[in-house]
Amino acid sequence: MSHAEDHEGTRRDFLYYATAGAGAVTAGAAVWPLVDQMNPSADVQALSSIRVDVASISEGTQITVKWLGKPVFIRRRTPAEIEEARSVALDDLPDPIARNNNIDGEVPATDENRALDESGEWLVQMGVCTHLGCVPLNDAGDYVGPEGVGGWFCPCHGSHYDSSGRIRKGPAPENLPVPVAEFVDESTIKLG
Amino acid sequence: MSGIPHDHYEPKTGGEKWLHSRLPIVGLLYDTIMIPTPKNLNWMWIWGIVLTFCLALQIITGIILVMHYTPHVDLAFASVEHIMRNVNGGHMIRYLHMNGASLFFLAVYLHIFRGLYYGSYKAPREVTWIIGMLIYLMMMGTAFMGYVLPWGQMSFWGATVITGLFGAIPFIGEPIQTWLLGGPAVDNATLNRFFSLHYLLPFVIAALVAVHIWAFHTTGNNNPTGVEVRRGSKAEAEKDTVPFWPYFVIKDLFALALIMVIFFAVVGFMPNYLGHPDNYIEANPLVTPAHIVPEWYFLPFYAILRAFTSDVWVVMFASWITGGIIDAKFFGVLAMFGAIIVMALAPWLDTSSVRSGRYRPMFKWWFALLVVDFMVLMWAGAMPAEPPYSTISLIGSTYWFAYFLVILPLLGVIEKPQAQPETIEDDFASHYPKSGTPAE
Repeated sequence: MSHAEDHEGTRRDFLYYATAGAGAVTAGAAVWPLVDQMNPSADVQALSSIRVDVASISEGTQITVKWLGKPVFIRRRTPAEIEEARSVALDDLPDPIARNNNIDGEVPATDENRALDESGEWLVQMGVCTHLGCVPLNDAGDYVGPEGVGGWFCPCHGSHYDSSGRIRKGPAPENLPVPVAEFVDESTIKLG
Repeated sequence: MSGIPHDHYEPKTGGEKWLHSRLPIVGLLYDTIMIPTPKNLNWMWIWGIVLTFCLALQIITGIILVMHYTPHVDLAFASVEHIMRNVNGGHMIRYLHMNGASLFFLAVYLHIFRGLYYGSYKAPREVTWIIGMLIYLMMMGTAFMGYVLPWGQMSFWGATVITGLFGAIPFIGEPIQTWLLGGPAVDNATLNRFFSLHYLLPFVIAALVAVHIWAFHTTGNNNPTGVEVRRGSKAEAEKDTVPFWPYFVIKDLFALALIMVIFFAVVGFMPNYLGHPDNYIEANPLVTPAHIVPEWYFLPFYAILRAFTSDVWVVMFASWITGGIIDAKFFGVLAMFGAIIVMALAPWLDTSSVRSGRYRPMFKWWFALLVVDFMVLMWAGAMPAEPPYSTISLIGSTYWFAYFLVILPLLGVIEKPQAQPETIEDDFASHYPKSGTPAE
């Protein structure tokens, strides 16, 4: 090179770095859309919040809706289910955290901290077992109430959840998470 | 190109000379097909041809299947049933493609273990080995994405579990998982991109296969003795080798024919033996199959993935030393990929100066144990993740890592190898004392 003895920055060095820099920026700018196209598209993002009509759910039953590609259990509990869920001592719970996304921070896993309304009639939770992601069965397992309703059981590896959706027995590490949800009118729940 | 001395292509006619001076493609093909090949290769050297055949089979049947398949969550399952019931001969094409994947993996495992036993990975064939490992990784990616396309229950839940592995990466796991899936869960965007990549990757594999062949044609084939072909002169090299065409082509095609008998028996009489009945139920995000199992060829690594639960001391130690960043789930993911990485590093972990396991009395036993270990892991991977299977998986995983990271480096130091034959010719002569040379 012509500037072998010239250790100061030369015009040629400057052009090298400027060209390389501009090339890198251009390459990055060209690649980014190719990467970003794989992120969730607008229609997928638009479904991140849905409204569910819950007027037809009678006491002691639940519906399963698909939200963000995953099942959500919306349950209208009987007084017996609520009572049973509220009578459990916190010491009996393998996971003492409420796992409620409507509440900031970690709060104890009392039923009051998990139910959607104060009376505890409505319980909304993700229908995804916290062990390996299976969908638990309702009104099944060791924590079914005296009326034969309440509680969940995951058939894959035998996790038992009580009438508040808290893990009680089996390999699952956490309670069923409660998604962001609220009543927007008397018979409509908004998820997300 | 260096390598074993042999005759090269000489264009004779005017037309040949005309083409050769412009594009020496005939010469390239001639040199490739006439490559001097050690004449003592045994039956474990047939898997390369079987694998090449599998790749061609999968590409051809795959292109045909795409003519009738629809990559959409509402239509994919029905379009596969359409192939099975309505398309002329469609069930055969699909069964060939399904079972072709199994033959592909069976052959690749035999090919890899052949290389591990005879030291085919050792200098100067490290690049061939690394390219082979890349091909194997791409095969796994391709097979996984292909299994999602019929959109059955096992397709959907398999995709959910495996993409969930990326969610285990600390901090950036969840955005990466969402980016891979194109949404919060496996859905239409996922199916479409898997379809696109499932079509692309086999052609990338084909290109890598060409590089793989290029690499070992440069170094020459390994052989059961591990002794190199003499290269002093053409006459000397010809005592150790015969040309690939016609000797090994005929031998390999004979082996392929026998394998095809078994393959077509499976395709014709038990095409679903290696599949899961759950995959004939359309994907339903609201219902999980009772027992999610990957295809048989993923089971050893699936067992390693699940072996490291939070009560294993190395997992607890890793979690403690990283302040909880590495949890059991992420540790499992690292172990699964690590199991393949340690295998890829075998050329640098094996310290023995002797290439072939035939002359390594201690190595033989450890290698046999590795084969058994692989089978045990495959079996444990199909079992539920609970005792005693979890303990068996953990022991199996430990041996897998110990073989590559401890046993291979140590054996080279403590083992006293047996005498190797001076030349391939000597080895050949001791096997075939009467004829000495192959039939002219």
